[in-house]
Amino acid sequence: MSSNPKPKTIIEKIWDKHVVQAIDEETSVFYIDRHFIHEVTSPQAFTGLRNRGIKVARPHKTVATADHNIPTQDQHLTIHDELSRLQVNTLTKNCAENGIELYGLNHPYNGIVHVIGPELGITQPGMTIVCGDSHTSTHGAFGTIAFGIGTSEVEMVLASQCLILSKPKKMRINVEGKLGKGLKSKDIVLYIISQISASGATGYFVEFAGSAIRDLSMEARMTICNMSIEMGARGGLIAPDKTTFDYINGREMAPKGEEWEKALAYWKTLPSDSDAVFDKELHFDAGDIEPMITYGTNPGMGLGISKKIPSLDEVKPNAHPSFIKSLEYMGFAPGEPMLGKPVDYVFVGSCTNGRIEDLRAFAGFVMGKKKAENITAWIVPGSKQVEAQAKKEGLDAILREAGFELRQPGCSACLAMNEDKIPKGKYAVSTSNRNFEGRQGPGARTMLASPITAAAVAVTGRITDPRNFL
Amino acid sequence: MPIEKFVKLTSTCVPLPVENVDTDQIIPARFLKATTREGFGAKLFYDWRYNPGGSPREDFVLNNTRYSGSILVAGKNFGSGSSREHAAWAISDYGFRVVVSSFFADIFKSNALNNGLLPVQVSEDFLAQLFEVIEKDPHNTITVDLENQTISIDSLQRSESFEISAYKKSCMLNGYDDIDYLVSKVAEIEKWEKADSVDA
Repeated sequence: MSSNPKPKTIIEKIWDKHVVQAIDEETSVFYIDRHFIHEVTSPQAFTGLRNRGIKVARPHKTVATADHNIPTQDQHLTIHDELSRLQVNTLTKNCAENGIELYGLNHPYNGIVHVIGPELGITQPGMTIVCGDSHTSTHGAFGTIAFGIGTSEVEMVLASQCLILSKPKKMRINVEGKLGKGLKSKDIVLYIISQISASGATGYFVEFAGSAIRDLSMEARMTICNMSIEMGARGGLIAPDKTTFDYINGREMAPKGEEWEKALAYWKTLPSDSDAVFDKELHFDAGDIEPMITYGTNPGMGLGISKKIPSLDEVKPNAHPSFIKSLEYMGFAPGEPMLGKPVDYVFVGSCTNGRIEDLRAFAGFVMGKKKAENITAWIVPGSKQVEAQAKKEGLDAILREAGFELRQPGCSACLAMNEDKIPKGKYAVSTSNRNFEGRQGPGARTMLASPITAAAVAVTGRITDPRNFL
Repeated sequence: MPIEKFVKLTSTCVPLPVENVDTDQIIPARFLKATTREGFGAKLFYDWRYNPGGSPREDFVLNNTRYSGSILVAGKNFGSGSSREHAAWAISDYGFRVVVSSFFADIFKSNALNNGLLPVQVSEDFLAQLFEVIEKDPHNTITVDLENQTISIDSLQRSESFEISAYKKSCMLNGYDDIDYLVSKVAEIEKWEKADSVDA
């Protein structure tokens, strides 16, 4: 008796095509199509390989960049910090010894790993992609299974192009409707995390779906998938569609000619079957979302910018100690409004919001206005190509006119491994992804927001609703 | 390279009743510049453990002589955030062999298991009682039995079972390492690549 094949989610379709061998019911040897590496989480993996006397199995499936440690000014000079320099040089040496393509400092393709993969066309639908970096989930915007791994796993992929993985649970998050004026995809994802918490999707791969997601550009989709790790998800993805294909077509490493047609036909088979079943399904209305800002020390502690910080009786009693610790760190009190709070720093950049659209949004907002005097602003493009594009469009001139300066690409103040550190006790509105204690420098106080909200803060010097200007 | 075997452990505990302890707290990013795996224990929880000048913060549990042991007991959603394996290295290097929480972030859990550090997920209720028991008398021990997948508060004779994948359990019990396993599969992987890979 024949029966129709079992309907599958996009997650299962990609997953099943990459199982090399089952070890037992839940665990299998799982194939990785593309591996990105950077200077911080790879050196110990190469040392491990050397100690075992193993060579890199598939050097052409790994691509390297230097991003976490590098300065965002005077990149043509030597890196001043000795340890950062050693890590970057170690990466260069490891790549040369193992025949791995490196887009190092000053290379025209250099940039944040999750910005360059997509912009070079390396990231393609249906792939499995890993990197020793939790924001690898970014690549899911193209309909890939992409996730962050630890250094031992980096070593596994270098050694065998495989990992040993257990099958994930599947969640779909549907966002329907139209986003209001002055809102960005960053607001959608901060809203979702505020609703389900920083661990609301732990153990799951999440498909983001619905009309509000389909309406987004690739850059905006990347922002959403990038932050799926901030809801705890193993990864987040969006089904590929015409927007995806148009973005990839013609890029450096994208398939060409007949290969393109063949790839396209395969990519079109990837979206979840209409009757596929998810382990969990959530629904949100884009119309409920206002510009978002975080007030605490994990990305789940966010709210609409016009709202007040929860009062103690709105927080579950067993969460009081963590809630109070968090607000004490931020120097905030329960029940306070966010609007009007003074800010010291604005950071625009990172793998979350360091793409050309983000710079366009920020520059478009500040055009004809002036940076507030109390604000120190760091505007950091996500890659050399983003930097070049911004200059080509004259965004650097617009920024300069308004009192801002476009720096050179890198991870920068998102995790403050280079010189770009927010000083102790200072308040930063940041377009990055984490507001953890000390994330942007020891004692730094981070509030996460979209590039538009960051722009409104940058010109007013305080927490401001960007819609007031629109 | 084998990992340290783990079969059964009885120890006193170090309590950290904070929720959402992220890997930036476990090991701040500025300490990730090393190119070796060793020595991260000295930097474990650095910004909670030391004042800006470098003197120990008396209010932090690692500086409190009341508590010691090779089991760290932490609040819900432990190890969220960055994929840095340095977090697992730091906890192991400090001397912990087990972390108990009511919820772990996925990447941290994999990293821990790849380093012979056992993450034990317990119910909220069990965790609350565990914190209570340790607070009352830090000499109270707990026993983690991997073979039987149980964790017990010895003085109360209260036990709970915990989950671990059959594969990872066998790795921990025998000190096996994923890389050795994968390298032994090289021929099968190559065969699969030729026959079934969708990637050029």
